[in-house]
Amino acid sequence: MNTKHLRYVLKENPITAVAFSVFSLFVLMAIFGPLIAPFDPLDSNAGPALSPPTWHNPFGTDSFGRDILSRVIVATRLDFGIALAAVLLSFVIGSAFGCAAGFWGGWFDRISSRLADTIMAFPLFVLAMGVVAALGNTVGNVIYATALINLPFYLRVARAESNVRREAGFVEAARLAGNHDLRILAVHIFPNILPPMMVQVSLNMGWAILNAAGLSFIGLGVRPPMPEWGIMVAEGASYIISGEWWVALFPGAVLMLAVFCFNLLGDGLRDLIDPRRRT
Amino acid sequence: MNAPVASLPLLHVADLSLEFRTRSGTVFALENIAFSLNKGEMLGIVGESGSGKSVLAYSMLGISDGAARVTAGTAMFGGADLLKASEHELREIRGREVSMIFQSPRTALNPIRKVGHQIEDVLKRHAAVRGVDLRERAIDCLKRVRIPDPARRYDAYPFELSGGMCQRILIALALACQPSLLIADEPTTGLDVTTQAAIMELLSSLAAEQNMASILITHDLALAAQYCDRIAVMHAGHLIECGPAEEVLNAPHHPYTRRLIASTPHTAPSIAAMSPIPGNLPDLRRSDLPPCRYAGRCERFEAACNAAPLPEFAITPHHTVRCWNAE
Amino acid sequence: MNTPLLRVERLVKHFKVGRNAMLHAVDDISLDIAPGESVGLVGESGCGKSTLSRVLARLIDADSGHIHFHDGAQESDLAASPAARFARHAQRGVVQMVFQDANDSLNPRYLAQDTIAEPLRLLVGMKDAAAIKARVEELAGWVGLPTELLGRYPHQLSGGQKARVGIARALASSPRLLILDEPTAALDVSVQATVLQLLADLKARLGLSYLFVSHDLNVVRLLCDRVVVMYLGKVVEQGPAQEVFAHPHHPYTQMLVAAIPDPHRKGQPAQIMQGEARSPINPDPRACRFHGRCPHGEPRCELHTVSLREVAPQHLAACHLLED
Repeated sequence: MNTKHLRYVLKENPITAVAFSVFSLFVLMAIFGPLIAPFDPLDSNAGPALSPPTWHNPFGTDSFGRDILSRVIVATRLDFGIALAAVLLSFVIGSAFGCAAGFWGGWFDRISSRLADTIMAFPLFVLAMGVVAALGNTVGNVIYATALINLPFYLRVARAESNVRREAGFVEAARLAGNHDLRILAVHIFPNILPPMMVQVSLNMGWAILNAAGLSFIGLGVRPPMPEWGIMVAEGASYIISGEWWVALFPGAVLMLAVFCFNLLGDGLRDLIDPRRRT
Repeated sequence: MNAPVASLPLLHVADLSLEFRTRSGTVFALENIAFSLNKGEMLGIVGESGSGKSVLAYSMLGISDGAARVTAGTAMFGGADLLKASEHELREIRGREVSMIFQSPRTALNPIRKVGHQIEDVLKRHAAVRGVDLRERAIDCLKRVRIPDPARRYDAYPFELSGGMCQRILIALALACQPSLLIADEPTTGLDVTTQAAIMELLSSLAAEQNMASILITHDLALAAQYCDRIAVMHAGHLIECGPAEEVLNAPHHPYTRRLIASTPHTAPSIAAMSPIPGNLPDLRRSDLPPCRYAGRCERFEAACNAAPLPEFAITPHHTVRCWNAE
Repeated sequence: MNTPLLRVERLVKHFKVGRNAMLHAVDDISLDIAPGESVGLVGESGCGKSTLSRVLARLIDADSGHIHFHDGAQESDLAASPAARFARHAQRGVVQMVFQDANDSLNPRYLAQDTIAEPLRLLVGMKDAAAIKARVEELAGWVGLPTELLGRYPHQLSGGQKARVGIARALASSPRLLILDEPTAALDVSVQATVLQLLADLKARLGLSYLFVSHDLNVVRLLCDRVVVMYLGKVVEQGPAQEVFAHPHHPYTQMLVAAIPDPHRKGQPAQIMQGEARSPINPDPRACRFHGRCPHGEPRCELHTVSLREVAPQHLAACHLLED
């Protein structure tokens, strides 16, 4: 993969280009958040409490007088961090197991598939509440719960892709060239199932961000006064009726934009990774 | 087979040019194609992949890819121009007047429906047969293509049948309404040689019975020579030689035809004597394509070959070749 | 001493397809391949030639039988080591395979040079990058692949170029026997000719033996010294290629030869095989497998089979009618 191919993909797909720029913006916010935020997110003197959007506080202030724009910017790091950690965890474990299950079949496949089915039977929120109740209300546990709930998707996609490629000519050829099974799995099959998985990863990131926000909305994981999009929407929910719409809207809108951007990014990512798309 | 009857041809194609509009440029897939087909005659269109033979067949039935545009030419069939017919008119023609069978027979059949029902669909659509007659007629169709135990096979699904059987079913489907023209696009590629012989034998005897004209598209020159009355050779979108099968095979005039024959395992006396054709097909997206698209690979190339559009010389009244330097 | 390079002895491979049903893919097959000899294996789809070639390539195990490999002083039974572990066997490199669909047999994420280099690393044990590069370029030269194409992915190569990469890869471990599974079936006629000439040339230059599995009889006639005709898991005829095609003795071989497209036979009624092939599942051990489709079927064909008998020098066939 090189920059020439990257530029080609972006030129061919204007939507991917837009998604990619928005994504870059978010990444910048995540990395440099505290530096570029105009106010300290925890500073309750950023402006008068519950004041509507002004030049001073472009997103308005919340009930504690904290600048919402700064909080939204800084929250990016936390939301992205949780989502990334959860997705990476489920991707690595799920695809490894799925790849092996699809290739070897037999009892390993049967057990993994039934495990995946069991996990899929649980709604995320119920599972997360269960994990939190058992292990404690920390960000870490919320990450584990989100990772667990995502596992079956990767397991299934990897299993299906691996199963198809198991019969491929190049796998037989690899055996003839001296590859034992484990090496075939790691070097030949796994890299080839990555392109279809990339779409999954991107969609999952969007979903994982939404989940992280949703869980903190109901009080699991991140707790106030940490700035986080879900909490901020929760805090602002009660103010909508009394007319202070900005407290919930801005964090909600940014959350929506982030998820949307990831969804659009999925196809572009696959084009980047798959060598067949290279001309 | 007798010599072509001296009457109006069933299908007369003149000056057909077709291009594909793609994101990476316009592909000039066919240029100035001209041939005619008489009733009861079998014409073999022979060429390598990329020669445009399938594109030509699809354009006859109006089932070309969405990006295809016919830029010139006519294809007169029964008094009407197939290339200018509306979709509605074409739908009446397909299956009833002109039928087509394809390569990979099993994929051309609907995998979740019984084959008998699929034949009935065609009969219902075109032959206005209804009710009890339908099953009888369908089983008749199966008998006509010599499928053993047709009543039982009526209830079979495509995956239960061999490749050869599936192709017979497709032939039954294609001939259900007794069309006057059958186009067969590589119908035996991928089948065993014994099955191939059986299918070709079936096709030629049915064509003779119904006095049906047929076009056989293939890359196998020997196959075309055995079963076809006339052969048309295509290269890179041009129809470069056309004539009676024996003549084209035994006395080819175009340099490409000669090379093709020399590189075919059938006719080569030994491996060492096979003379493969050098070079590659030209990129048909180029707007500066020379008038003769074989020029880059031809051992008889001269500067004059690129100076003027491709000529058409009649070696005999029935055998034409498009080459300045034909042998 | 004319010890064959490969002596296949009574190879059997059955597949379980149901509770009491066994599919007899390869049934008691024996054949020899001499050093530098090219043997053609022909038969219709379902006759077991693919299964046999995969057993000989040690990709799958036989149920019983031996594959004696003799090379100079070395002698071993390749069938003795299980296929699952054969990838790391010392003799993995002596028998290699070239596949029918070059497109499918190349890893889409590997550059051509990586595909060819892999057996050098794993089977030959080469480690030095420069030495590997030199050897890859040498192999590319042998198969007529321009060096600038080595840095390309499979989807950037033409059908003929992909076929060459497959052949170069197979030659990397300096095999003694190359099993070619319809290597030119997916290629255009003109490209086919080039690849066939290449194969003939390599055989002469490197002293390779070939097992050429194909259903294109013309190609087998041109390229092979001997031919083995299979039908439903059994060998029905074998002998020198030109001889078998010119004078086929077994009824199936006769039909096979008669079915080859021949412009000179125009207008003559063809000899067509009637009916469907017998089922390879739980076949009757007493009956001849071709009985039912054979134009010369007799009652005794269902009562006992006949083994291969010599009908001409080096030319064997298995049929009752030949015993009279």
